[in-house]
Amino acid sequence: MKYIDNTDVMKRMKSRLKMNKVWKSIFLIATGLALLTLVILLARIITQGAGYLNWDFFNNFGSRFPEKAGIKAALIGSVYLMLVIAPVSIILGVGTAIYLEEYAKKNKFTSFIQMNISNLAGVPSIVFGLLGLTIFVRMFLLGKSILAAGFTMSLLILPVIIVAAQEAIRAVPKEQREASYGMGATKWQTITRVVLPAAVPGILTGSILALSRAVGETAPLVVLGIPVILQFLPDGLLSQFTTLPLQIYDWAKRPQEEFQFVAAAGIIVLMIFLILMNSIAIMIRNKFQKRY
Amino acid sequence: MASQGLEKKHSIQDMIAQSRNKKGKKFIEKCMPIILVITALISVLTTIGIVMTLIFETFEFFQRVSITDYLFGTEWLPFSGSEPLYGVLPLILGTLKVSVIAACVAVPLGIAVAIYLSEYASDKTRRIIKPILEVLAGVPTIVYGFFALTFVTPILQELIPSLKIFNALSPGIVVGIMILPMIASLSEDAMSSVPNSIREGALALGATKLEVSLKVVLPAALSGIIASVVLAVSRAIGETMIVSLAGGATPTFDMNVTGSIQTMTAYIVQVSSGDAGYGTTIYYSIYAVGFTLFVFTLLMNLLAQFISKRFREEY
Repeated sequence: MKYIDNTDVMKRMKSRLKMNKVWKSIFLIATGLALLTLVILLARIITQGAGYLNWDFFNNFGSRFPEKAGIKAALIGSVYLMLVIAPVSIILGVGTAIYLEEYAKKNKFTSFIQMNISNLAGVPSIVFGLLGLTIFVRMFLLGKSILAAGFTMSLLILPVIIVAAQEAIRAVPKEQREASYGMGATKWQTITRVVLPAAVPGILTGSILALSRAVGETAPLVVLGIPVILQFLPDGLLSQFTTLPLQIYDWAKRPQEEFQFVAAAGIIVLMIFLILMNSIAIMIRNKFQKRY
Repeated sequence: MASQGLEKKHSIQDMIAQSRNKKGKKFIEKCMPIILVITALISVLTTIGIVMTLIFETFEFFQRVSITDYLFGTEWLPFSGSEPLYGVLPLILGTLKVSVIAACVAVPLGIAVAIYLSEYASDKTRRIIKPILEVLAGVPTIVYGFFALTFVTPILQELIPSLKIFNALSPGIVVGIMILPMIASLSEDAMSSVPNSIREGALALGATKLEVSLKVVLPAALSGIIASVVLAVSRAIGETMIVSLAGGATPTFDMNVTGSIQTMTAYIVQVSSGDAGYGTTIYYSIYAVGFTLFVFTLLMNLLAQFISKRFREEY
């Protein structure tokens, strides 16, 4: 007696197997579509902007004439801004992460801080701009300076850095801490000499990724009222300045078609900047990542 | 021998006592937690700062404009000199139009990508595709805005001749592209955390891979997927540069997606990049709009947290 009739099974399975194949290709096409948009986006911007990339473009200030427009002030401004954001956000972020992971007891206060951080991460960047405008620009009288913008951006990326640092610290195994205590080290010694060195690659990777987000961010700076076209370089932390995304925003808004190409050239510079930062982050991750 | 050992023990105890009495060390041990609590409080202060700023300035705004006019008014004409109208509904509708279009693009595509990555793709393909998606997520929004204005809008104009240069459709689609990686990667995380034994059980009963994905894995990961969609839509609502470059600056109260619109975020940008004098009603209006935006995104984030906590299937 035959328990399983193969032809019958195949007949029943056929349509289901076909559906499987059809949907598999649909999922594949969807994935391909997502990747394709990235390719189109990059190709489009490179073909538009590459012609305008030359030495003058890096050496000129913003201008009303597309052929004379350059990104010197914007590029230097972005670097200055980074120099403020990096120390402020990393010190605050890592400090918070150490507190939450090493010192904080499991109580309502701690879970309140934790919940607050995750909600802060979901606040739109433009709202941080409003905060910066009221607190840093007006209340602390910092004006539209690098410092005011740097503080605003630091607060914006703080939640990202905290979460990344927390994960890195949590990944350091307990045995290492216990070994350190066993040798007579105090808590602070254990943190600075055992936990942090082991967590540094993770912290750095997360921080660089967060910084690259800050470099590409435009909205809060627009709200702060950071000027777009400047004919001079910033000469201190309280000086006025402009940044790459702001400059690109201004060019993209202009009606003349030539400015679109200038904007595309600016975007290429911005993207190279970001890709460099991301590659450094990936390199750090691959080189120093240890699995316990 | 014995006396030597005793002496050593003695000296170690001495050393411990000595090190305990070192003043600097004790000071650091006591000080550091306090300093660290202060850094942790900065994030709390930021939230308080945001809420306080928005509340105070919005309160100032409502001294000048009635709250019912603001919440239920269907005309937003702050720049009409003699009689400005501050009805926020057109701005909210503009924001919703863009977000809904974005969700229509990103949700089906994002979930399809997630299913492909989690259920069909080999480890090797996944390792290649996921970083590329991360790159897509890391592209600055200003670049997407430029892309929408100079590439997507002209293409759409070929297809729909009545489409204006500034419209809701083009930024909507591009915002969808922007939030797609977020939905894809969060949903993929949710689906990957469904244990393999459940998949194998279904496969052993004769289910095809598609049936396993749609009828077993998808329902099991549903809370995570919905939470990712809610989070992504909240991102879309708060998105600024794409809509202010490609969406236009005409707050309208209709369901038209081919004409110029204005979102809440685009209005704030418009006022900020013009020079609205400090202390004018227009100046305070950006805080009122910002507050409205903040409430929207906060509610969505809380909803996402609630969904992922409340409906999580534990294995």
